[in-house]
Amino acid sequence: MELRLRPGPVRAGGVTLSNHLILAAGILGTTGSSLARVLDAGAGGVVTKSIGPAPCEGHAGPCVIELECGVINAMGLPNPSREFTGELAILAGKPVVVSIFGGSPEEFATVASWFAGLVAGFELNLSCPHAEGYGAALGADPDIVEECTRAVSRYGMPTWVKLTPNVTDITACGRAAERGGADAIVAINTVKAMRISPELRRPVLGHGFGGLSGKAIFPIAVRCVYELYRACRIPIIGCGGIATERDVIEMMMAGASAVEIGTAARDDPAIFSAISSRLYGFGGEDPDSVVGCAHE
Amino acid sequence: MSEGMPVAVRIESVVDESPTVKTFAFSQQFSFRPGQFVMVWVPGIDEIPMALSSGSSITVQQVGDATAALFRKGVGDKLGIRGPFGNGFPDTGRILAIAGGVGAAPLRPLAVDGKTSCFLLGARTGTELLFADELVQKTYLQVSTDDGTSGHCGPVTGLLQKIDPGNYDRICVCGPERMMQAVLSVLAAAGSAERGYFSLHRYMKCGTGLCGSCCVDPTGFRVCREGPVFRGTDLLDTEFGLYKRDACGRRQPV
Repeated sequence: MELRLRPGPVRAGGVTLSNHLILAAGILGTTGSSLARVLDAGAGGVVTKSIGPAPCEGHAGPCVIELECGVINAMGLPNPSREFTGELAILAGKPVVVSIFGGSPEEFATVASWFAGLVAGFELNLSCPHAEGYGAALGADPDIVEECTRAVSRYGMPTWVKLTPNVTDITACGRAAERGGADAIVAINTVKAMRISPELRRPVLGHGFGGLSGKAIFPIAVRCVYELYRACRIPIIGCGGIATERDVIEMMMAGASAVEIGTAARDDPAIFSAISSRLYGFGGEDPDSVVGCAHE
Repeated sequence: MSEGMPVAVRIESVVDESPTVKTFAFSQQFSFRPGQFVMVWVPGIDEIPMALSSGSSITVQQVGDATAALFRKGVGDKLGIRGPFGNGFPDTGRILAIAGGVGAAPLRPLAVDGKTSCFLLGARTGTELLFADELVQKTYLQVSTDDGTSGHCGPVTGLLQKIDPGNYDRICVCGPERMMQAVLSVLAAAGSAERGYFSLHRYMKCGTGLCGSCCVDPTGFRVCREGPVFRGTDLLDTEFGLYKRDACGRRQPV
């Protein structure tokens, strides 16, 4: 591809990143050393595994189905809760955003309070499609999105809100996050999905259904980012099926100021430096002139 | 399989290897390297990582709910299998295998293929020595038991004192982590940690490198992708022998 971007630090949603490529929540984000490895592999920033109000083991397996078009997962938000603060010591000063979840605005505020000052920002998981009482169970209701966002943004730290595509109008949730004081919107989380084993005559995932990520959902993510860019003023971080520098550019043209990469990083975390090497070039175009240019 | 959907297999036989260990042989043969593992789906219960003890079997110790449910399965019952996953043991050069308890399972196919020059097999007691009758036909076998009911009395590392690890190009190890740590200490003291290959056991949720639940500190290596077999030099000054993480991601002593 001819188009290259000018390299340099990126400011997105109040967080300074070393490039446009961020590790998405839930991938390789369970431990500090794993996150450090992904940063070493060229990620411009990382988002941690989602941390909640109490330790959780997640759903019974199988938790993952790998498909040609992507991955369906139903992890069930496993996390060590407050103990995760101990994982962050080796990441001090790095562009680390902690993903948090709760069952109410109060729980979001509590979890955020543990990490205030320890990380570069928060990403609110209002979008996990397979955790009853959490994630998309709250994130499909714009009023609750606004309340949860406000409960966290009052800490004065960069607050990103990750949205679910499993709604009729994602812009209603995006505008709600904006009203609640969000610094950026992250779109999208996984798309609700299921497979069944014909031989065993039951859903493969232990939880029954889960969330589809990877190549299959890229067109959905581009559409959501495009719609949100029209509806909201705050920056949008594009997420969903990004695997190449061309995907990054396309997502930025739809309106994304930066992107998150998840499923594509599992084969090799070095995908971050591989994409960067083809995305950036001296004499390249000003990224600001690319963001949202498909709307002109 | 182009897709990663679980393959449904039928249990063809169940063999009691010891009072706490059974081998489940299934209808399908998988192409694999010794030391690789599969994710075993016990329908309605859970999915757990298990080393292949042959291309069509797993050898399992009952340790928790999922293995207890597996132990209730019999001939004709179905399981789902994803994999094989992971890297496996090397199989060239003069190989010394060292196994403790059910750790003999992933090393068995290496010996059955005639790849091991010597096999040190340890267990708590004589009735728990796995595959001893078969291994003695295939390799130079030495055994140890903690209670002295068979072979050398004491940990399997005691046998290591009686041979010269320098005679082997590769030393392939699987067993309880403290036992493996003791082997690594012996090798490191002799300046030959790089010859050791250790199969790690960590909690795994996905088996495919996605979730990060099995990562090792401080390298961030994933046991399911870069492992489960690691060279001794990659385990020095790491969490190996000290702690692992539970299903929530909390640190626990090994």
